[in-house]
Amino acid sequence: MNEVLRQVRTLFVSLRLTVVLLSLSIVLIFWATLDQVHLGVWAVQQKFFHSFLVFVKVGDLRFPVYPGGYLIGGLLLVNLVSAHVYRFKLSWRKCGIWLTHAGLILLLVGEIVSGLVQQDFQMRLDEGETKNYSESIRTNELAIIDATDPKFDDVVAIPESMLAKGLVVQNPKLPFRVVPKLYYPNSDLQMRSQAPGAPASLATQGIGPMVAVTPLEVTYAEDARNWPTVFVELVGPDGSLGTWLASAIPLMPQKFDFAGRSWKLVMRPQRHYQPYSVTLEKFSHDIYPGTDIAKNFSSKIRLNMPDGVSTREVLIYMNNPLRYSGLTYYQASFDGEHTTILEVVRNPSWLVPYISCSAIALGLVIQFMIHLVAFAGKRRRP
Amino acid sequence: MRRSLPVFVVAVAAVCVLAGFFEKPEGQSDAVTAFGRLPVLAEGRIKPLDSVARSTLLVIQGRQRVVVSDKPGADEITPDEWLLDVLFVPEKADTYPVFVVDNTDLLLLIGKDDESLAIHYNGVIANLLATSDVLPTRRRRMSFNEIAPYFSQIEAQEKLAEPVEAQTRTQFQSAVVQLYGNLSSYLRLKRALVPEGSKDFLTELLHLQESLADGVAAVRAKEAGQPHDEAKAAALIAEGQKFLQMGESTDLLAIPPDEGDTDLNAWHNAGHALLESFGNGYVNTSVLAYAGMSYAWRQDEPGSFAHIVQLYGSSLERRYEKQVHKARVETIFNAAEPFYSCMLVYLAAFFFAALSWLKWPETSRLSAWGLVALGWAVATLGIATRMWLEGRPPVTNLYSSALFIGWGSVALCLVLEATYKNAIGSAAAGVIGFITLMIAHHLSLAGDTLEMMRAVLDSNFWLATHVVVVTTGYAATFLSGMLAVIYILRGVFTRSLDKATADSLARMVYGIVCFATLFSFVGTTLGGIWADQSWGRFWGWDPKENGAMIIVIWNALILHARWGGLVRQRGLMCLAVFGNIVTSWSWFGTNMLGIGLHSYGFTEAAFWWLSAFVASQLLLIGVANLPLDKWRSFRPRSPGA
Repeated sequence: MNEVLRQVRTLFVSLRLTVVLLSLSIVLIFWATLDQVHLGVWAVQQKFFHSFLVFVKVGDLRFPVYPGGYLIGGLLLVNLVSAHVYRFKLSWRKCGIWLTHAGLILLLVGEIVSGLVQQDFQMRLDEGETKNYSESIRTNELAIIDATDPKFDDVVAIPESMLAKGLVVQNPKLPFRVVPKLYYPNSDLQMRSQAPGAPASLATQGIGPMVAVTPLEVTYAEDARNWPTVFVELVGPDGSLGTWLASAIPLMPQKFDFAGRSWKLVMRPQRHYQPYSVTLEKFSHDIYPGTDIAKNFSSKIRLNMPDGVSTREVLIYMNNPLRYSGLTYYQASFDGEHTTILEVVRNPSWLVPYISCSAIALGLVIQFMIHLVAFAGKRRRP
Repeated sequence: MRRSLPVFVVAVAAVCVLAGFFEKPEGQSDAVTAFGRLPVLAEGRIKPLDSVARSTLLVIQGRQRVVVSDKPGADEITPDEWLLDVLFVPEKADTYPVFVVDNTDLLLLIGKDDESLAIHYNGVIANLLATSDVLPTRRRRMSFNEIAPYFSQIEAQEKLAEPVEAQTRTQFQSAVVQLYGNLSSYLRLKRALVPEGSKDFLTELLHLQESLADGVAAVRAKEAGQPHDEAKAAALIAEGQKFLQMGESTDLLAIPPDEGDTDLNAWHNAGHALLESFGNGYVNTSVLAYAGMSYAWRQDEPGSFAHIVQLYGSSLERRYEKQVHKARVETIFNAAEPFYSCMLVYLAAFFFAALSWLKWPETSRLSAWGLVALGWAVATLGIATRMWLEGRPPVTNLYSSALFIGWGSVALCLVLEATYKNAIGSAAAGVIGFITLMIAHHLSLAGDTLEMMRAVLDSNFWLATHVVVVTTGYAATFLSGMLAVIYILRGVFTRSLDKATADSLARMVYGIVCFATLFSFVGTTLGGIWADQSWGRFWGWDPKENGAMIIVIWNALILHARWGGLVRQRGLMCLAVFGNIVTSWSWFGTNMLGIGLHSYGFTEAAFWWLSAFVASQLLLIGVANLPLDKWRSFRPRSPGA
């Protein structure tokens, strides 16, 4: 065998590599924990764990300075698999280690998969309100709504990512093209009367000309969100209809008529529709008597099934979510006495950690019992 | 002799510990003790007034006993007596120095400086002790009367400091927020049962009882616009306003609901209970009973005070048998201070274990072992009592995690000692038991340690599984680190680490690391499952989760390094010592970041201690890396020695 290949093989099956990678992962996790104070948990995950390299910003340049979660995890996976393949020996004495490591492989792979497929939404409900959709926590969409029929809205939703890239949208449902002119990922709005020095607006229609926009830094803080604003020009077959401003900051609804139909233009959190709907019957917030310590939050909801007839009453409270049709509804937060905020998560691989962690735990127990029995035997025969 | 001396040592210690459970607090009459046992609702749970007194005192002055003045040789009073004075003779309580102020800027704000607070000693020795910091050189505690003139300045500074996040406050800001909080809780107690400035509340209430019917009729008539006795109506309205104000200015829900009502929300404070008199036509009997106690205590009539307490106590006992029983047990538990005696027993155990390596190996070793077992039994009893009082698994907050880490480590040590019989287990038990209880004591200064669980954590199942298992993992990791410390200290500084001892220590560390790996992994995983059940994600990279994961990885690293032959005995010990740093970071460091779902146990002075601990562990690792010929135990003995 080629000498270089032999060295590579020796490296990849060595315990030395394992120890080095474990040390690297400890430093990575520690650093990420400290950085959370500034970045918030979501940005930290992107920067440290869901990445191959950790970049540090110096001025305007980004330098890769440290291996990221994918790289360390991937190398650990390679190390683990190749060590087992290379030293393969079926013996009862090793079965604990086998089980532990198999579980670990499943856990690592499962985490990568769930990082890719997991989706989070929120559902905010006032008492008595019914919704058949949940909303994205981080991304928004530009909804262009055909509101001609008062009973029914026909919606074309353009994701924020397309607006950010400035992609022109032509859709068979729309008698015009949508041309994003300018996009701010985070912004603040003021009435123009209160900001006399503001530069002229790009907008010519709707509320836009009356509003001054200030772009803001993108925030990653846990308790803050970004408020994107976009200027879009609508271009019909016979030329421009004008430029509108749309912002995630709630504005008066902007309406206009074109091609014999009434349209509404609004930017809102991206929606995820379900074939069933949820009604909040009652939200309760209990505290311990004589204190302001929260004792329990609970939302009594009615699930209106897709058949439109049958319903189900469910109480969602702390540590007791509702799992239905691949989505899980958790009591996340509240706003005032009568508004609940449910977190809605789709995670098809939620079962993987349960299986893999049971395998690892069982493997560890077996392995250490083997050690313990051997040790006790040795002591009995001095 | 060899057998009987250890038995004697343990028996003496056991008698000392048990005495605490039967002894009554010094100089406190039975009536005062009975008063301390009366149940009230405070901070969300029913507890005896004795616990209210003790936890308030711990928070505001850092200790339970009260010295009534700054003069040398001044009288000491018990927490219950202090509470009685605060409730019923506030003008006297206002002179007791119970508010700790250490911050120099805050002292300036209340018109004090080092000079005005200096304590002058007579005699050479006392002065010498004072200059070497053994005796205090200045007063730390002020009375309410000393501080009261500066109340508006303190309030103004507190308003400025309060909006600043706790983690980013300066020392002055923290100190002023703390002092303001302490003054407020003192004032809330002062106005809990008797309105401010009232000298004879009992007579006022009896008078109210007589005039109640006429007064209510007068007010009703007035509201209806009919002829009425204006003086009576006005008097009644004035009373109502007084009670309303009284109700607004306290949070002590001392007045139980009527018979048969078990809802905790039905407990009232005295002011609100009195407001109900206008509706139902009679003055609440519990408030009357407390007013009676107030009268007797003020007039210094111990006979009638005892009588009223006894009457009220037995009427409560008929209605709330279970709560009264619990309150009684809690009072005995408070006075016995089992964790304090436990701490002393552990210290003695360490002393005997260390002695066994130098002299009288067998006698000292057995004494140490017996003492560890005794200490552990007392700790078990203490933790079990807390669990019964709270109706919860053992670990519910940072305080109880310290108790439990100590308990778990000592349990493992008992097993080690039974296996190896070389006093190492007992020595480690002594040190870890002592230190964890010391930490627990300092954590208890934050307030009632049997506090209510926040909604997110309110799940006995997960508290009993995830929290207990992961805390056991912490305990085991600390223990392996402690054993490594013993290895290093004995090896470098004494000649006592022979090959057999060194090998057995290495096996112990290895075994405990295996145990720690298993428990910290399973515990962390259970946490993930809890999170999946509660928040929809198995893993969220929350600081506390990361801390636990680092412990798991660190233990796995130790095992892999050993299996791969990358480290030998000494390297194993260094890695185990570093495990102490990793664990202390996860236990306390992550709370100091003040973010994430787990940051419920904030601690301030802990930062300094954590840094000092980390530094000491790094120093030990440095010492362990001295060349082997600098290790006294491994140095070849000089010829003839």
